[in-house]
Amino acid sequence: MYAFEYHRPSSLDEAVALLTSEDIKPLAGGQTLIPTLKQRLAMPEALVDLGRIEALKGIRKEGDAIVIGAGTTHAEVAASEVVRGAIPALARLAGLIGDPQVRNRGTIGGSIANADPAADYPAAVVGLGATIHTNTRTIAGDDYFQDLFTTALDENELITAVSFPIPQAAAYEKVANPASGYAVVGVMVAKTAGGVRVGVTGAGPCAFRATAIEDALARSFTPEAAKGVAMPADGMNSDIHASAAYRAALISVLASRAVAACGG
Amino acid sequence: MSIPISMTVNGQPVSGSVEPRTLLVEFLREQLHLTGTHVGCDTSQCGACVVIADGVSVKSCTALAVQCDGSQVTTIEGLANGATLHPMQQAFNDHHGLQCGFCTPGMVMSAVDLVTHAPNPTDEDIRKGLDGNLCRCTGYQNIVRAVKAGAEGMRTGMGG
Repeated sequence: MYAFEYHRPSSLDEAVALLTSEDIKPLAGGQTLIPTLKQRLAMPEALVDLGRIEALKGIRKEGDAIVIGAGTTHAEVAASEVVRGAIPALARLAGLIGDPQVRNRGTIGGSIANADPAADYPAAVVGLGATIHTNTRTIAGDDYFQDLFTTALDENELITAVSFPIPQAAAYEKVANPASGYAVVGVMVAKTAGGVRVGVTGAGPCAFRATAIEDALARSFTPEAAKGVAMPADGMNSDIHASAAYRAALISVLASRAVAACGG
Repeated sequence: MSIPISMTVNGQPVSGSVEPRTLLVEFLREQLHLTGTHVGCDTSQCGACVVIADGVSVKSCTALAVQCDGSQVTTIEGLANGATLHPMQQAFNDHHGLQCGFCTPGMVMSAVDLVTHAPNPTDEDIRKGLDGNLCRCTGYQNIVRAVKAGAEGMRTGMGG
């Protein structure tokens, strides 16, 4: 690997003070960033290791929401009694990410900041209507993902926590790439006080809500209603793993499975 | 830029000086000469480099040594008790859970982590638990048998 500098702040303020240019990048669990550095797809001159900032860790119930610190690993979310009790679909989603070793080091903040189009957490952020907390503000989940690897975060703005409102029911269904574990398509369906939400990852450049399926499920919360919606293939991802049309078809299929898993 | 680090590896305090870019596996192999931990793909897919750090399995090719400053690390060399193999190692031997053996250190470390957190795994638990480890020889059947026997050995404190 190429040479870079390394900083290990122990507080959020210290971390923010170190992030003074776009050539200095935060390091969370490193499960995407370290392979990226090895391939020189990114070449920051320094890394700011967020791994020792205690304020970024932990899971708590706060009112009607589950708040997960940005530095919490996927394995911790998957195993958390608090998450399993309040939003079992979120614990299940975390347990489907990558492989056990990736889950032991990868963090929710890192995943959401990276915004890989095939990552799992974005489906939960959009599907559950999460709120992203940063060092400067809060961002609604609906406004957060903007394009391929592009989010509403400003340069060197740090995610501190993600707050998930507890739904009445929710389920996550995914077709995983058998080699990488990434979602070819993943769909989070949630029944909430404010209506039905359907968050989709893997299908497009970034996570989005399938509003046509939401409308159909608002009329009839049944697997058949979800399956009956033909999603357009326009703008969907197309690669060696799946065509745009196949991904579009998967959205309806996975949404119907998720509705069934919700007891709909 | 050289950074002093220290950690506990296989129960022994160790220290060294590393560049920020030094991977945990490079520190283990090149500075501590613990070459049982292998580098297969170097892209965090194959799992030959799995070690246990602070109680959980990690891919040591996808962690910087400086990130593990202060950590408790166990490598494949730390499992056996003198000439007595760890139950999981014994089970891989007894059940032919390897052919060429390149992936075996990582397989065994992932299996130990799996059984530590789920003492009585089903075949499905084992296959899911070894999601991050690739073996290009065995077709996995004997590895699953070995992990099942190793789990029993770990529960009873006996060899597999």
